[in-house]
Amino acid sequence: MARILAVSGNEAVAEALRQVNPDVCAAYPITPQTELMQRFASFVSDGIVDTELILVESEHSAMSTCIGASAGGGRVVTATSSQGLALMWEMLYIASGLRLPIVMPVVNRSLSAPINIHCDHSDAMGARDSGWIQLWSENAQEAYDNTLQAFRIAEHMDIRLPVIVCMDGFIIGHSIQRIEYLEDEEVKKFVGEFKPLNPLLDIDNPKSYGPLILPDLYHEYKRAQHEVMTKVKDIVLDVAEEFEKIGGRRYGLFEAYRLDDAETALVILNSAAGTSKDVIDEFRERGIMAGLLKPRLFRPFPYEEVANALKHLKAICVLDRADSFGGYGPLFMEVSSALYQVRERPRMINKIYGLGGRDYLPQHAEQVLSELVEIAKTDKVEIIKEYIGVRE
Amino acid sequence: MKTKGWRELMQGAVILEAGNAVEFKTGSWRAFRPVWIEENCIQCLFCWLYCPDMAIKVKDGKRAEYNYDYCKGCGICALECPGKKGQKAIVMVEESR
Ligand code: SF4
Ligand code: SF4
Repeated sequence: MARILAVSGNEAVAEALRQVNPDVCAAYPITPQTELMQRFASFVSDGIVDTELILVESEHSAMSTCIGASAGGGRVVTATSSQGLALMWEMLYIASGLRLPIVMPVVNRSLSAPINIHCDHSDAMGARDSGWIQLWSENAQEAYDNTLQAFRIAEHMDIRLPVIVCMDGFIIGHSIQRIEYLEDEEVKKFVGEFKPLNPLLDIDNPKSYGPLILPDLYHEYKRAQHEVMTKVKDIVLDVAEEFEKIGGRRYGLFEAYRLDDAETALVILNSAAGTSKDVIDEFRERGIMAGLLKPRLFRPFPYEEVANALKHLKAICVLDRADSFGGYGPLFMEVSSALYQVRERPRMINKIYGLGGRDYLPQHAEQVLSELVEIAKTDKVEIIKEYIGVRE
Repeated sequence: MKTKGWRELMQGAVILEAGNAVEFKTGSWRAFRPVWIEENCIQCLFCWLYCPDMAIKVKDGKRAEYNYDYCKGCGICALECPGKKGQKAIVMVEESR
């Protein structure tokens, strides 16, 4: 029997971590992640979990500690946001290059300057190329479910890769939502006993992590890292199928909402997808064939599947809550790359929305969907990339 | 030794056998070779103490020959060697000569 509660996204993820009971956690507080780790720290100090909580002086140290503990042979977690993730940057590549299955919830927040504590996706998009798997979550329920699944994905013996689980700072992290928790026993069975691979603490079999690899082999190591990423999709789907059996909720590589018979669609990550779906329902009631695609697995990006889901459309808008200054939004770049391989493809536009916590309102979705209807009719795109919800 | 292809690599570049640095013959890096002149040697063993690569062998408590497989030719031994009456017991000779 599921327990149904009203909790914040941070609380839901802290609860997932309690149920998993990892061996080691090294973390540093940063808004809006702070509440998540604060709650988890309470579980540690109350003796509810056995986790060794290591308090460090920065996120760089947090990730370094996680790398050490993971290479040591433990199940390891941390969590961060914004500047914290940015400070981890060089260590992120080390965690993935050493193939360490660390799980890290990221409560998405904008990057300085100007300093701002509210939601956008610039932080996680900055970690896009770091070799970490990325799962994105629309609400607290998805963040909880994705966190549990992240352990299974990360620790899968065929991949052994670190996983980031994203949820929107404040909008999800701090908002109270309805959630169904699994029973502790179910979670324990689902994530299973941690199986170390080449642990440093196996002192009878000494080994070394982190050797210098020169031009004679470095290129080959990166080729191997690319290869392992190609295996992730299937494992994410297998884990999702197993999760559905106990959780009852179905997950895929992305959510396709009213997409099959749609002519226009929005592609959008995380919480703004919820707002968009309401507006799509309204458009449908008016007889406008609109749909939505919400990516869940952003890294590795499921190019073929996304292209197949979108290729029949007449016009789509990819909405990015992050900018690549001087480029298109990061999600737009992926979706256009996916669709370029298809001969007959929809017209595409890119809107940048919601930076630094600017509200994404139903009227924004309406505005974009109306523009798409027009593009579908005329087959003409005026401006490819544009900011919305911005004061002139 | 054939260099490995990408499919044959240990994931995460973890080294599973301990002490395999011995297989890595760093002597090939050497540009200058230290040469021991035994008659000038006072057996102080400074060279053995200072060598960062343990490339100077000691036998029965006495200075013995170099292990050129690992000597990188840094010249520390030659610098530290006091020798006998101002005559160095170690000189550095260019490898190409
Ligand atoms: S040259 Fe350097 S490495 Fe070689 S024996 Fe002397 S001290 Fe050791
Ligand atoms: S430092 Fe010079 S004198 Fe001393 S043992 Fe070595 S070679 Fe001989």
